[in-house]
Amino acid sequence: MLEIKDLHANINGKEILKGLSLTVRPGEIHAIMGPNGAGKSTLASVLSGNQAFEVTHGSVSFYGKDLLELSPEDRSREGIFLSFQYPIEIPGVSMVNFMRTAVNEHRKYKNLEPLSATDFLRIMRQKKELVEMDNKLANRSVNEGFSGGEKKRNEIFQMAMLDPRLSILDETDSGLDIDALRIVANGVNKLKTSENASIVITHYQRLLDYIVPDFVHVLYDGRIVKTGGKELALELEDKGYDWIKKEVEEAI
Amino acid sequence: MDESISKKPTSGVVGEASYIELYKQHHESIKMHSTEVMNNIRDDAFAQFEHLGFPTVALENYKYTDLKTALTIDYGLNINRIPIPVNPYEVFTCDVPGIHSYLYFVVNDAFYPVNDARNNVLPEGVIIGSLNKVAEQHPELVKQYFGNLSSTKNDGLVAFNGAFAQDGFFMYIPKNVILDKPVQLVNIMRSDVDFMANSHNLIILEEGAKAQLLVCDHTVDDVHFLSNRVTEVFVGENAIYEHYKLENMHVKTTNLATLLINQKASSNVLANVITLHNGLTRNTIEIDLNGENCETLLCGMVIGDKNQQVDNFTSIIHNKPNCNSRELFKYVLDDMSKGAFTGKLYVAKDAQKTAAFQTNKNILLSKTAKMRTKPQLEIYADDVKCSHGATIGQLDEKAKFYMQSRGISEKEARLLLMYAFTSDVIDNIRIEALQDRIKMLVEKRLRGELSKCEGCVICQ
Ligand SMILES: Nc1ncnc2c1ncn2[C@@H]1O[C@H](COP(=O)(O)OP(=O)(O)OP(=O)(O)O)[C@@H](O)[C@H]1O
Ligand SMILES: [Mg+2]
Repeated sequence: MLEIKDLHANINGKEILKGLSLTVRPGEIHAIMGPNGAGKSTLASVLSGNQAFEVTHGSVSFYGKDLLELSPEDRSREGIFLSFQYPIEIPGVSMVNFMRTAVNEHRKYKNLEPLSATDFLRIMRQKKELVEMDNKLANRSVNEGFSGGEKKRNEIFQMAMLDPRLSILDETDSGLDIDALRIVANGVNKLKTSENASIVITHYQRLLDYIVPDFVHVLYDGRIVKTGGKELALELEDKGYDWIKKEVEEAI
Repeated sequence: MDESISKKPTSGVVGEASYIELYKQHHESIKMHSTEVMNNIRDDAFAQFEHLGFPTVALENYKYTDLKTALTIDYGLNINRIPIPVNPYEVFTCDVPGIHSYLYFVVNDAFYPVNDARNNVLPEGVIIGSLNKVAEQHPELVKQYFGNLSSTKNDGLVAFNGAFAQDGFFMYIPKNVILDKPVQLVNIMRSDVDFMANSHNLIILEEGAKAQLLVCDHTVDDVHFLSNRVTEVFVGENAIYEHYKLENMHVKTTNLATLLINQKASSNVLANVITLHNGLTRNTIEIDLNGENCETLLCGMVIGDKNQQVDNFTSIIHNKPNCNSRELFKYVLDDMSKGAFTGKLYVAKDAQKTAAFQTNKNILLSKTAKMRTKPQLEIYADDVKCSHGATIGQLDEKAKFYMQSRGISEKEARLLLMYAFTSDVIDNIRIEALQDRIKMLVEKRLRGELSKCEGCVICQ
């Protein structure tokens, strides 16, 4: 479904992604790990269409479409979802209004009628239960004054509402307490089908106990430098990144 | 309609000279078609105008209201009070669902005779009507208040109004009477030629009274209009007054409004002035707190684009201790529009325990839109809590991207953000039906679907 080839991307003239390639097929879960500043969030931003990043080389296709040609909103409507590492607060825009607008824009893209108010609220209730999100949060402005963990839970709630084909979870586990981590991971697993796929960016092997990846990639200095199975995550947890950095440097 | 217009004798002369000449030649007709109470101050007001002239940008308080272009237009005046051939009660049917207001009209500068059955059932003692007429029927009542706030103002527009205004809207709510429904005053500008209207409104709430007034300003015809209105409001002890103003006028309009409010002890005032669409607007709003334990909330909002200009010049004067005032103004400016806000806060020496907060936030949607914001704090008491804050910025790009990443189009995301930005001003509308309606209108305006005046947006 997703084919990234030799992707290079800059921010403010500084190259962050330096030739990254990755293929994701339906039904797969890919974990991406890597040291701080390696470019993990940059990859997520580029895939979701953040204009702050400039793609200088390479290609990304999503179900055969040139993803880089699409606006951020069309990428979302095509089925890409990014759970932000740092979700944004939007004072004055209610969660309900925000979600209803988003869901109906997705429906419009698929030539479907907008949801009736009752249908929308029913679906919203179901999805809230999935991530055990407090009713009070859903009645507030988007992320405004939410705790770190609440924001992350809200991301997964939105993911449940939009039912993406490819979800990119950028450190969704950070800031979650142990119970919340289990709830959120369960939510992600319940949404999993053989048709959709996830890219899970994390620093901690713990999350991968819940969301079991098919592949673990190490992103270092703007490239994927190593790929393995879920045991690679355990190895990283154990040994850190130095040995990988050394491997990379020796290869040059 | 033509015979109703008194052309200025010195047509073509720019500025005040032609009006000074007009007054000199026609002051007897002006007086003849007005009332003693208004005439009492007329010559003095004229003398003051002769001295001050129209305000220019050289004056500190009018730095951002440039009337030069507007004053080059040769406006007609209806000094001889020829009735305007329009029956607003037939032309306008209010469709604010559930507002059920007492409905009144001022057509140009004249109170339109009431002929709506809904208005026959006012609570006992309440008087609402033409200032001119009421001043004949209840001269003592009107005399006691008329001009008390306006005649001390050293302001060219107020002086001009004093010289030329012949009528206006009058509302009197006696002691402890609570108006069960909002009162709606629709100012309609209607003329086949460029036209000017001066009116003077007088609103009196006695002790413990309660009233809500919604003023809608709008234009009917596609000519140049200049309206210069003065409104005096007296709010008695423990009285509660809400003043909403909704401006939806076309771009050829110059709308000058002076709102003077005097609060007595323990009274509560909310004023919320919303400019949805306009040409050039100047609101001078002054609220004087002349008793202890007053509550004041002054809000406003401007949505501007094209060449629109709005200057809200506000003053809140704390003369007595233990009063709270809050001020909140928001502007969304696009294209070449210009906004200005002045927030003068005066706390007298013995107005201890004053709490006063002022906020002005602005969003510029284009590089050519301009905003001037000026807090002006003069605090002479030492035990007070006062704060002010002003920001001028753009839409939050991060928030916009976040919404887009959820499939919301850029256009819709911008709209949601602008709408969110203005929402706290709209939240300060305490008439639910009106709040709903204004939410809808603001959204429509922000979508660009209300790009010209479509008659009274409230009433049509
Ligand atoms: N707006 C920006 N301007 C300049 N540099 C930036 C900007 N955004 C990101 N970078 C830089 O790009 C590099 C990659 O950042 P990115 O956020 O992708 O890292 P990451 O792998 O997600 O790290 P972490 O594990 O800490 O989340 C970092 O060196 C960062 O400082
Ligand atoms: Mg990151």
